[in-house]
Amino acid sequence: MNAAVILDRRRVLAGGGALIVSFSLSDAFAQDQSPPPAAPAPSPPGSLKGAPFLDSWIRIDADGSITVFTGKVELGQGFKTAFQQIAAEELDVPFQSLKVITADTRRTANEGYTSGSHSMQDSGTAIQNAAAQVRELLVAEAARRLDLPADNFRTGNGAVISPNGQRLGYGDLVAADMLHVQAQAKSKLKDPSTFKVMGQPVPRVDIPAKVTGGAAYVQDMRLPGMVHARVVRPPSYGAQLADCDTSAVEKLPGVVKVVRDGNFLAVVAKKEFQAIRAMNALTAVAKWRETPSLPKQDDLLHVLTSLPSQDSTIFQQSNPSAVGQKTIEATYTRPYQAHGSIGPSCAVAQSVNDAMTVWTHTQGVYPDRQGIAQMLRVPPASVRCIHVEGSGCYGHNGADDAAADAALIARELPGLPVRVQWTREQEHAWEPFGPAMVTKLKASLDGNGAISDWNFEVWSNTHSMRPGGAGSMLAAQHMAQPFAVPAPKPLPLPEGGGDRNAIPIYKFPNAHVVHHFIPAMPVRISAMRALGAYHNVFSIESFMDELAVAAGADPVEFRLKHLGDSRGRDVINRAAQGFGWRKGQKAPTDRGYGFAFARYKNLAAYCAIATEVEVNRETGRPRLVRAVAAVDSGQVVNPDGLINQIEGAIVQSMSWTLYENVTFDDTRITSIDWQTYPILRFNAVPDSIEVHIINRPGQPFLGSGETGQGPAAASIANAIANATGKRLRNLPLTRKRIKDAIDA
Amino acid sequence: MMTLKVNGHDHQIDADPDTPLLYVLRNDLELNAAKFGCGLGQCGSCTVIVDGKAVLSCVTPLLLLEGKQVTTLEGLGSIEAPAPIQRAFMEEQAAQCGYCIAGMMMRAQALLQKNPKPTDEQIRAELEPHLCRCGTHMRILRAVHRAIRLMDTADAASAGNRSAQ
Repeated sequence: MNAAVILDRRRVLAGGGALIVSFSLSDAFAQDQSPPPAAPAPSPPGSLKGAPFLDSWIRIDADGSITVFTGKVELGQGFKTAFQQIAAEELDVPFQSLKVITADTRRTANEGYTSGSHSMQDSGTAIQNAAAQVRELLVAEAARRLDLPADNFRTGNGAVISPNGQRLGYGDLVAADMLHVQAQAKSKLKDPSTFKVMGQPVPRVDIPAKVTGGAAYVQDMRLPGMVHARVVRPPSYGAQLADCDTSAVEKLPGVVKVVRDGNFLAVVAKKEFQAIRAMNALTAVAKWRETPSLPKQDDLLHVLTSLPSQDSTIFQQSNPSAVGQKTIEATYTRPYQAHGSIGPSCAVAQSVNDAMTVWTHTQGVYPDRQGIAQMLRVPPASVRCIHVEGSGCYGHNGADDAAADAALIARELPGLPVRVQWTREQEHAWEPFGPAMVTKLKASLDGNGAISDWNFEVWSNTHSMRPGGAGSMLAAQHMAQPFAVPAPKPLPLPEGGGDRNAIPIYKFPNAHVVHHFIPAMPVRISAMRALGAYHNVFSIESFMDELAVAAGADPVEFRLKHLGDSRGRDVINRAAQGFGWRKGQKAPTDRGYGFAFARYKNLAAYCAIATEVEVNRETGRPRLVRAVAAVDSGQVVNPDGLINQIEGAIVQSMSWTLYENVTFDDTRITSIDWQTYPILRFNAVPDSIEVHIINRPGQPFLGSGETGQGPAAASIANAIANATGKRLRNLPLTRKRIKDAIDA
Repeated sequence: MMTLKVNGHDHQIDADPDTPLLYVLRNDLELNAAKFGCGLGQCGSCTVIVDGKAVLSCVTPLLLLEGKQVTTLEGLGSIEAPAPIQRAFMEEQAAQCGYCIAGMMMRAQALLQKNPKPTDEQIRAELEPHLCRCGTHMRILRAVHRAIRLMDTADAASAGNRSAQ
């Protein structure tokens, strides 16, 4: 007999929150028994709001095995391990006894995208509370069976233990629909001081396979009978396929099919290298009509500020009694930048009896399903999207497009699993880039060297063109009956998109922040790690240093002078202390010290970074010598995972900040590989990176995956300014720009 | 048909001689570790060891491998019995997405086979052809240093065992 509580998505979805399960939690949740009758019921925390049934998150089988479900995906951030720690902690079971299932439209809750540093606060919080409530249900059930009050029961090692020591295994206790109940608003969470698994640097569950050649990625999937596809993308945005005689390609060895649907062109072969050969042959015979449509790459400041924009004041603070005496202004720019995943996008799709299954490294299986279903003109229920890890994406790369490619091709070959692998050049040319941005800042200092007024304007596209609709996917855009690219929308505050972190965390008597949202997107763009926060924090934190210099103040002291947030102050002090920051210190010759701070989105993790940079005055070449960071992400689940994220953020942001720039002529993207889009290599890796965690036991999880991007950029820029006496405001801060500034 | 020696075993391969080794390893032999990253020899994800040297398998055609010994990450150890370099990467948690890591490990392994005590500078110089996008570089370097120590211990242990026999 299998007494497992099987999650039935259809039933759960049909319930949609309206289904009332009459299950009394009177013992476990006494504090919630009598809500004021007029007030709306408080909703449960995290993603339990949208998926309130406990069995959407946790399943216990009769044999006691436990499965945890998350609608988020593992992208290399270590969530799978962190979620497993959280569940193990609150369920009181050994870490190894759990299994975590990540996003799959047939099995997991719809948690939208894995983005915005939301996973810990949304899914982690849901799992923590669901686990705590499941544990309470199990205790209540044990108490009921033994006809004893639940108060003196405890749990441990997968069992409820009665006051007289009798053990009742979770598997024996769970029955039928016991966990198919809606979560309560409040949970009896464990006291953080008793944590055994949470807060520990538990080794990541995915690493052993990754370092021994296990199948770890969608690229590693090999289904029986699988065929290999390659897409031939247009040479430029909007190019039309004028002529394409596919007859010779169809006769090439191994070729199974050439798929053409309007401007969508692909070839399928039995073996992978046959598909590559056929792709090359197909590329040679495809004749495209191209239209020059790209803006001037070397004049993005003018391009962006000249495009029509929708302007809104997003923050206004006024105190006429504060009067400025000294005013400075500065303009900062960021180019288009690439996610640049090391593994180009890949997907596997199979159509069986009109049901399409897509294995994809998307960040959002449900939105992807919606987009693919719309593209195929079928109901969403006939499409299943299963997340399988890919190479790190850092936002919206080619993953969703590859998934759509695979589905469109697989539809033409019913029954056959089709693996689509993008080329390096396709990933570089077609991924939706991180948008270019412009910021203009102006501020005044009063007689005491404090900022009396602050003006900040940002020009930007949206920062998300992710699917939902088919029109976000290249295959759907290129079909004979194409789907239009959806109208871009600014992402709403408080999180924001182009205006993410545009509102200063510092307190100024007068402040005015304007967001110039630019609907026109001359270059394909979407979400890239930290969205607008990367450039806005780079701008704000560079400008804070410019103001500190103008005020003759120490940069750390100057920040603290304007910051009320005590957790922010703690993070700044910790980083400064760890670095050995001293007021009035001078770096050795040709070296500079920099500092920067932000709280991501002004609501997620806090991060401060101090850096030491060396600049070769002959060549202009900068080198990050060392970085010391401090981070507060609330209750820490896996300190080593958090450190790994911050270390990575510093190194990746350094690469964006010093080297990276998508290039194009008037028609085509010209940065199409690692030669034309150089990124950081080992010769630029710093001597050391130190990360200090300020743990906040019992406090909510604060997303930390993106918090380092902006501070790292500004800290490095400030260190370069400190080393050279020259302020660089246009990203990337290349060797040549530094050299030119030194020589100017 | 040609014979390809991979991880100590002979395999009969039915592929065109100009097929890059990477596709033979991944598809014909179903080995996962060597990864497709660029197909251009620019990123190092596909690195394997051929006769003791780190080689970019995405730009190395099959025909150059007749009679040579190919070693992939799978040939060094397994999840149950990891080689020192694999243990070192696990112990340092030296991965984020991990996609580039197998290639890094093979380059490092080739270096340590040739020079068991490289300096930090030599390790950095050796890894120069390799890209990591997650920014795991500090951990990768620490893992290689740890592998040096583990290999040293392993050598000492096996030398001890030999002398005991």
